[in-house]
Amino acid sequence: MAQRTAVVASRVGLHARPAMIFTNAVAATGVPVTIARPGGDPVDASSILFVMSLGVPHGEEVTLSTDDGAQQVLDELVTLLETDLDAEDAPTQPAAGAGS
Amino acid sequence: MTATPGAARTGEVLRGVGVGRRGAVGPVAQVRPAPHVDDDAPLLVDGVPADPATAHRIVDEAFTQVVDELREQSARATGTVRDVLAATAQMADDKALRSQVLTRIDAGDHVVHAVDGVVAMFATMFEQAGGYLAERVTDLRSVRDRVVARALGLPPPGVPHLDRPSVVVARDLAPADTAALDLENVLAIVTELGGPTGHTAIIAGQLGLPCLVQVPFATTVEDGTVVAVDAADGTLTVDPDDALRAELGRRAGVEDALAADVEPGGTADGHRVQLLANIGTAQDAERVAPTAVEGVGLFRTEVLFLERTTAPTRQEQATVYAQALSALGDRKVVVRTLDAGADKPLAFATQPDEENPALGVRGYRLVRHDPELLETQLAALGAAQSDAGTAPWVMAPMIATASEARDFAARARAHGLTTVGVMVEVPAAALRAREILAEVDFVSLGTNDLAQYTMATDRLRGELADLLDPWQPAVLDLVDATARAGLELHKPVGVCGESASDPVLALVLVGLGVTSLSMSAGAVPAVRYALRHHTRAQCATMAAAALAAESAPSARASVVAMLAPEVRETLGV
Repeated sequence: MAQRTAVVASRVGLHARPAMIFTNAVAATGVPVTIARPGGDPVDASSILFVMSLGVPHGEEVTLSTDDGAQQVLDELVTLLETDLDAEDAPTQPAAGAGS
Repeated sequence: MTATPGAARTGEVLRGVGVGRRGAVGPVAQVRPAPHVDDDAPLLVDGVPADPATAHRIVDEAFTQVVDELREQSARATGTVRDVLAATAQMADDKALRSQVLTRIDAGDHVVHAVDGVVAMFATMFEQAGGYLAERVTDLRSVRDRVVARALGLPPPGVPHLDRPSVVVARDLAPADTAALDLENVLAIVTELGGPTGHTAIIAGQLGLPCLVQVPFATTVEDGTVVAVDAADGTLTVDPDDALRAELGRRAGVEDALAADVEPGGTADGHRVQLLANIGTAQDAERVAPTAVEGVGLFRTEVLFLERTTAPTRQEQATVYAQALSALGDRKVVVRTLDAGADKPLAFATQPDEENPALGVRGYRLVRHDPELLETQLAALGAAQSDAGTAPWVMAPMIATASEARDFAARARAHGLTTVGVMVEVPAAALRAREILAEVDFVSLGTNDLAQYTMATDRLRGELADLLDPWQPAVLDLVDATARAGLELHKPVGVCGESASDPVLALVLVGLGVTSLSMSAGAVPAVRYALRHHTRAQCATMAAAALAAESAPSARASVVAMLAPEVRETLGV
């Protein structure tokens, strides 16, 4: 079992657009991958329903797991999670977290 | 209710509440409710219950078809609708959802029970996650309804695909249903539920579509039956006769002729009056942009906050505001800050247990408890201004004193907002309009609330509608006081209440000195037409006559008597 951790960089967390991009990427690898929050049960990382219902917020560390030998796949997915996937259509100002 | 279910006889008339003045004739397209099937209903193939392998294949195909259908609908849609449908398609395409349903079916579970069980599991997870996800449960359920209907060979629920111009009839239309409508082919909207100020009515008003709400038994009219919808008198007529068709045709011709004038609003002698639209979302801004409005006189931002458990973030808000500003290019956009409270409660802002919420902590007054809510919104507007490269006008609702106006202006200017105003909807603000205008750049009269507070009459009490009439002389006196202050100080005084959409009252408002009128976009052509046929001096004479009247009906009657004859005939007043 290969495992890697990643800190979710998308400002909205692993929701909506970022969740869609991530699960599509997992599905494209063709390898079974799971994702888990700290202390949580791992769920199918290619399922947008499971991934969204984890409700992973911005800045949280998640654990990706897959079969041995697919380490390369995990590296790519970690890079993806550590990119702000919502940046394209986000405003140019830095995140202020000002919404009460 | 005197009509009977299933009785769609020729000439039968169903009555409801009309929204707008337009009419339309066309075939009915019913929006189907979700199928009600027992969760142990057998899946029959040639009359016999299917074995698990057959059920597996049928349900697998149903999922694929639903995904394709949603993708196709999404591709045909634009903006937010496209995104909502694309997100729903992706849910339907979820591997885990499908494989868990199929696993249950392989184990001998009934089809409906299997789909319900798996969807319910995800729905619970979404609800526990809360916020954005909890709102997506509706989309999950719509996937469930579509898959079940497909698998069992039932008609698909929801909004039908319109292959010809149709009158859309529903028990009620959820925002998602309205979003899924192919507007090109919608002639009119009729619902059994809903109110004249509800979501459906507002959307229909913006689109200039005839709309009837609260029409009992409307859903019993068969699909394809030709009906006449007349919003002006609130009727739906089954198989209308030639006379009714001709009358509606004539009125449609008049409306089209009115809409042909796309020049800026003004009186016959060239006195300019800005004609603006009221909107609630960035999508509304995109919808009104192609029409001949000179901008937006009221952007109600509370739509962004409704049905949420927490306030939207600064970024979320900034994105929406920038989208609306960009849609309108360099046209004027007046944004009203959050007007929560009273009849628009918000989970995170409403004060609990107010005995008299209309007189309580609502509108700008929320700043007393939660200044961050307003600061975040103003910061978002400042950011949107930089992003879109166009400066919105910004105003606060429910201002009662000049010091509140001064405080608001200082807060707004601190965020780089340059044109700052306030609403005049509290009589105190109208009476002290001069002092208030001295603090800000403009004011906008909200005549609905102004009438409610002047006449001490709850807006939601239908039986008191006569007291809420904006023609009430006391209400007109307060409009007059406000407009005079604007003329003296050379500052704009707009009206953004529904009274601006009455072409006759619009003449009076202009005669009093009001400089802009904001209304639902569909009402603009008739107002433009009425203004174009009278001089500013005639408007002033009408205003004087209205102020001199002793009651609301006599005020209106005296102005109607002074209208140019062709205006009276064309507008049917």
